[in-house]
Amino acid sequence: MIRVELVKLFRRPRTWMTIGLLDALPTIVAILLAITGVGPRPGQGPAFLSAVLSNGSLFAVAALAIVLPLFLPVAVAVVSGDSIAGEAQAGTLRYLLIRPVGRTRLLVAKLISVFAYVLVAVVLVAGTGYFVGRALLGNQPLSSVSVTSVSGTSLTSGQIAVRTVIAIGYVTFSMLGVAAMALFLSTVTDSSLSASMGALALLIGSSLLLTIDASQALQPYLPTRYWLSFIDLFRDPILWRNVLRGVALQGVYVGVLLGAAWANFTTKDVTS
Amino acid sequence: MIATQALTKRFGSLTAVDSVDLDVRAGDIYGFLGANGSGKTTTVRMLLGLVMATSGRIELLGQPIPAAAGRVLDQVGAMVEGPAAYGHLSGRANLSLLDASGSRRARGAGHDRADRIAEALDQVGLGGVGRRPVKNYSLGMRQRLGLAAALLRKPRLLVLDEPTNGLDPQGIREIRDLLLRLHAAGTTIFLSSHLLAEVEQLCTRVGVLDRGRLIVQSQLAELQAPTGRTLVRTPDASAALALLDGRVEHRDGETLLVRGGDPAALNALLVGHGIRVHELGPERRSLEQAVLELTGPSTDRVEGR
Repeated sequence: MIRVELVKLFRRPRTWMTIGLLDALPTIVAILLAITGVGPRPGQGPAFLSAVLSNGSLFAVAALAIVLPLFLPVAVAVVSGDSIAGEAQAGTLRYLLIRPVGRTRLLVAKLISVFAYVLVAVVLVAGTGYFVGRALLGNQPLSSVSVTSVSGTSLTSGQIAVRTVIAIGYVTFSMLGVAAMALFLSTVTDSSLSASMGALALLIGSSLLLTIDASQALQPYLPTRYWLSFIDLFRDPILWRNVLRGVALQGVYVGVLLGAAWANFTTKDVTS
Repeated sequence: MIATQALTKRFGSLTAVDSVDLDVRAGDIYGFLGANGSGKTTTVRMLLGLVMATSGRIELLGQPIPAAAGRVLDQVGAMVEGPAAYGHLSGRANLSLLDASGSRRARGAGHDRADRIAEALDQVGLGGVGRRPVKNYSLGMRQRLGLAAALLRKPRLLVLDEPTNGLDPQGIREIRDLLLRLHAAGTTIFLSSHLLAEVEQLCTRVGVLDRGRLIVQSQLAELQAPTGRTLVRTPDASAALALLDGRVEHRDGETLLVRGGDPAALNALLVGHGIRVHELGPERRSLEQAVLELTGPSTDRVEGR
């Protein structure tokens, strides 16, 4: 069943279109930076953009930082929100269930295919960022390169590689919170649009509350609070505190929402 | 094959299916009749474990539903409320995905998948459909694809909801012949429909659902039992009317409706008096008459559901 869901996902033109769009934005940014040489001043604009002007190796991470606040969650919410509701909308859900595919099994397969999508999207964004960055911005050979960390000290290319991989893992896990929310809503409604929009509404709400001082007591529990903490991985030494909190918080969200999705879906009347 | 006891489904205060006792036996072609909104589809969905019953019991192939759905449904082919497929894929790719779905037990074996799909497509007349995506299929083609999906596993029981919807008369004929062939090969067929003519031509047993209640369930032949009257068509209608004075219940041009269920005796009587007869035979209730009588005057109620 998992294989079937993966085939369905990756044979869909939409899957590759969203991933293409995700890759396009950092590419455009890289081209603009390369042509103009004008970066945001340190401390402004997306993370790392001021650092990548001198060296393209960090652009993989910069690319993640560019798509993370909005583009990536939108894509994940669209794909995940479509997972059950899209089948319901197309009428194929009933045929899957009477095949029979157990409801839990279907939900797990959908979850894994969404996870695969997130992973492929994140890896491709980072990969595109790396190659585009090195082609357009950084031209020093990789072996002799040492990159300046966010803290100002030097990182070897090996350290950068390891930290980039951890960052990819962290971003993927952060996106699972969005995926779980959209998946839960996808079992509630038969409209994939509503499910995706519902998940996005949560994220926008969360981002909004993060900017308001009065909501300080809530902020440690908001799903988007620690998303950009992967930047801490590029400090020297790594500042683990927020990264670990982010993992724990996302873990709770993912667990609760998936539980709710399962409880709802396995007892629901399928009338689509 | 299908047995329900006091099967009931309520949606809030609305009772969609009310204490239904279905009994479909092996070898039946069972016609499940009812107006739109009478609860047919909800019943079918409950049989297949899609909708949970409020109360009552369901047995499918002798196993309880929904508890044993995973063990039983792989022997059931079904089409519920029209076909559905992924529009961007070809019919063949759709069947292939469906066949590969499910637990290891439920899904079809991979090595002969292409052959089984080709066979199912041939059966429904889509053998040469090629690679075009389903979104370019006509309504009739989609219907055939839905049937192919139901036939893919050579089910013991076929549950079909309006299977000829969207087909032209030739297509309807083809599907009817296909169902009769499958039935002859041992498949039990449960056919839910609001088309009385379709059910009359195909089915051996019928159940009629009216506002959620199963108001009749019997052999088709019993419903169509002779009425005890004889239909006579004669060019000498007036002479016959005079001869059979008092026994003629109704006259419509050359056609007379005569009380008495013995056509042979009536024929002898008429011919003995020099009255020519075109046609003569016992009157049978049509399924439509039977159903309309049973559902009473309220079948075209307007409150809607």
